[in-house]
This record gives sequence, structure tokens and C-alpha cells, in this order.
Amino acid sequence: MRILPCGDEALLVEVANLREAEDLYGRLRRDPPPGVTDLVPAARTVLIAFDPAATGPARLRALLHGLSPAPADREPQPVDAPAPDAPAPDAPGRDTPAASCAVVAGGDGRDPAAANPIGTAAADSPATVTIPVRYDGPDLDDLARLTGLTPAQIIGRHLQGQHRVAFCGFAPGFAYIAGLDPGLRVPRRDSPRTRVPAGAVAIADEFSGVYPRASPGGWHLIGQTDLAVFDLTRDPPALLVPGTPVRFVAVGVAQAVGA
Amino acid sequence: MTGSGEPSGEIAIVASGPLATVQDLGRPGLAHLGITRSGAVDRPSLLLANRLVGNLTGAAAIELTYGGLIARFTHPGMIAVTGAPCPLELSGREIGMYAPVDVQAGALLRVGTPARGVRTYLGIRGGVDVPAVLGSRSRDTLAGIGPEPLVAGARLPLGREKSDPPTVDLAPHARYVDEPELQVLSGPRADWFATEAVSTLWTKTYEVTTDSDRVGVRLRGPAMHRRITAELPSEAVVAGGIQIPPSGQPVIFLADHPVTGGYPVLGVVVAEDLPLAAQCRPGQRLRFRPARRAVNGLPAH
Repeated sequence: MRILPCGDEALLVEVANLREAEDLYGRLRRDPPPGVTDLVPAARTVLIAFDPAATGPARLRALLHGLSPAPADREPQPVDAPAPDAPAPDAPGRDTPAASCAVVAGGDGRDPAAANPIGTAAADSPATVTIPVRYDGPDLDDLARLTGLTPAQIIGRHLQGQHRVAFCGFAPGFAYIAGLDPGLRVPRRDSPRTRVPAGAVAIADEFSGVYPRASPGGWHLIGQTDLAVFDLTRDPPALLVPGTPVRFVAVGVAQAVGA
Repeated sequence: MTGSGEPSGEIAIVASGPLATVQDLGRPGLAHLGITRSGAVDRPSLLLANRLVGNLTGAAAIELTYGGLIARFTHPGMIAVTGAPCPLELSGREIGMYAPVDVQAGALLRVGTPARGVRTYLGIRGGVDVPAVLGSRSRDTLAGIGPEPLVAGARLPLGREKSDPPTVDLAPHARYVDEPELQVLSGPRADWFATEAVSTLWTKTYEVTTDSDRVGVRLRGPAMHRRITAELPSEAVVAGGIQIPPSGQPVIFLADHPVTGGYPVLGVVVAEDLPLAAQCRPGQRLRFRPARRAVNGLPAH
């Protein structure tokens, strides 16, 4: 664990891997140290924001050093060799127009079940959120080439993953969902799309994601959901909060893909 | 309607200027959902405007970008204008900044263009009472959360919640220097940069570019080169963070910064100096220097 300074109102705690970051976040979230105003998990780090009038870096450092090592504790990686990870779903600085893509859709893609999504997220031990997906994404064929799997195998492996929300970022309600099958891990697209529709289900590196609203995006689109993962009129607005177990289920007819 | 029975009224926007948004202290504590704090980019100016009109600290005001607001008040009230100094006219009569001013029903306020600085705050007794979104009336321009930017024809209801009658009648003007020097606390990723890059930051001047906004102050100057060129896994960033993208040109994050970033943050501008950065205009130059305090937040001496 490395504790890095981050201005006068925060510390950035760096750990060895995603699991450790999730574990540290979970422990701090369950039992927040006094004076802490915000905890922001990410791929290798947890930001601890604090009220300088109520606590200080020295006290927080002592508290962090006093935490018992996580079960999966490992030697920290050397700082100059971080694993490439957690690419932003858009690729800043790479604003090449979206590559033309063949949309492979099955039927009208609609399923009555998709209109009745189930699952909610409570604050402490979040219940599993089920995401109904029409697996008809335009990047399935590209992914097949990159992974050596057939689109049907890609979908099968995605459905079987033990997914959970590791952290959020990029946009309100955008969750980096960990647990992707190792065989599906590919870097994000060379040419990000300038517009990805709301509800697009996508993968990149070790994550799945659901675009909460239309935005630029560089992840590989594998499907589409009607589930609103972020809705300001709902309380809580974000369905996918860190720690939430996620189950993807296939809906609609998608047998056309790569057949 | 509740409260004292005193009419609160509305403010009718006749012209908004280049960008006018409703801002309060933002929505802290939601970053783990991908929601940034937002709020006034020059918080001391917002707080001062509220204090001058006797509002609670959380009241919402109007943040103007390069002035230009014209607005009519439907009811008698009280205003105070802080931040970047603009010529002000209330129903044809010149009024001053940094002081509470009584407003008659039907009065028309005209805010000119600031000679210095970027953001001016119009505090109104009772506060702007548009519906709060996730606990705040701030417009997050990056995420598109909160009340829409003001447009001509918009009508903003004013609230009834006030604290005590204002007790301050004139506040000192904010300093606007031509070439501000911002104190920076090194880290979290200073070790990703070559030593020369860090000394460049302390010794060179940087110019504010025209693509600066509420997300960040974008700078042009000597490029800062990285020692570690690997991809940085996305990590949380904070307001004041100086992020160095591959171009080597720094960006100082302001209130609407993204929750996470994929480029290393070399240092963080201390909270008290962030308003100086937020008030820098394109073409203006600024400098950085190490904060006069230890990295652990304690005084250095």
C-alpha cells in the first residue's frame, strides 16, 4: 500500500490490484474514519477525501497502516510498471471518427421481459442487479477476430461471468463492472465512436460497462439493455454502485450474430 | 407556500451573457457514483455574496461568465454582486459590487463585462429556489446535471429561507493580479515525471487558453514530460489537480472536473488559491510554486 498526497483535503491510497482496491474501499465504506467526506474507488486506488478541520493526513495514515492486510495482499507493483487497466470509455485525445460498423441485429430486438428489469441496490450490502441484454452489439464480429472465439462463445462467456461493480467514473452512473472472463479481455477500440447510445453494453480490458446515456465511447459494444442504470428521478439514481453484484441475462433473439 | 409571508418573487432573465448558471456549494459525497461535486468555481465569492445578503451558506446564486446578465425582479428584495468586478446598473442607476443593495419591485439589473476575472456572482436574498437535483442546485456542465444554463425568458423563483438580516455592508474586493502565483502541493503522481518537468512547473509561466471552462483551466507553455510512459489506470482526481495529458500541457481541474482521470496528476493547487486560477482569463499567464507547508498538511514552520 502506498499513501500518496493529493492536495490539502485528500489522500490517494494505491494498492496492488483491483481486488485490493475493492477490498480497501469496502472496509472504509463500512466503517468510515471520522472526518472522511468522500471515498472514491478506482482500478488501483481509493481516494480518501476529508475535512481538514475534522481530521488530517497523519491520523488517516496511521489508521490505514493499522488495517490488517487484505487476504489477497501482495507486494505493491513497482510504480513504473503499472498494469494497463481501466481505460476511460472514451479515449481523450483520440477523436478519430467512429469506424463504420455493421450492425447485426436479431429481430426487432425487443423483449417484454426487458421492460421489467429487476434488481435494486441498497447502500450496505447491495442486492444483485440483473441486466437484461440483447446481445446484438456491432463489435461482436471484431471481438471474435480479436479473441478467437465465436460471437456465441463470447456471449456465453459474458453470461457466465461473476460480475460485480468495482467502481464508477467517466460519467454519472457509469460502472466499471469487474469479473469479465479472461478470454474476453481486449484493449479498447483503436477508433472510439463519437456516439454510443444509452444502454449500450460494452467491454474493454477486465471490465463490462453500460453507457448510462449517449456519449462518445471506445469500448467494444456487445449488446444493448433497456434498463436505465442512471435515472435522476429515481432514488438512488445510480443502480450500479461499487460492490453491487451484477448478473447479465440474454433477452430477445440474437441468433443472427456471426452465424 | 410557507415562511414569513414576505413575498419572495422571481427573477426574470432578459439576457444571460455568454454563460450564466445557477450554482451553490455543489453535491459532495457522490463521487463514488461517478457524480462530481460541481458548484461555484470561485467558492469564496459565492459565500461572500450569500453572506452580504444574509443567506445561509448553501443558498444558490447565479454564476456569470464574462458578465452580460440582464434581469428583472418581480418583488422587492436584496442583492449583492461579488467575484470578477463588472459595471452594474440597477434601473438606470449605477450600483457597487461587494455590497448589499436593495431592489425595488420591477427593477432591472444590468451587469456589464468585467475588466478582470471571469466569474461574477449574483447573490439574491432568499437564494435561487429552482428544484435541487441530488441535493444541489448547481449546474454540472460536464455531466449535464442540475438546472439548465440560463436563457433569455427564463424565470427563476426566489426562496424564502434566509438566515439573519445581513450584518456586513461592504466587503473587501477580491484581488485580481495579472500573473497570479498558485501554491501547489506535489503529488499524487509527481514521481511519474522527469525531474526537469517538475522544475519546469516551478520556474516557467503558463498561459490560459480559450478552451478553459468550468471543467478546467487549460494551459499552454513548456511541455512537461513523463518519466513513466505506461498507461495510468483510471483514478479519482480532485478540484485543483494539475493533470498532464500526453501533450504535456497542464490542465487545472475546476468544479466540474471528471470524477476519474486516466492521466497523471503532478500536483494539486491548494484550495485557497483555486479561485485565482478559476478567475484567470484566456491569454493571462500564471505561475506555480511549492506550497509553503509540509505535504502532510501541517504548517511547514
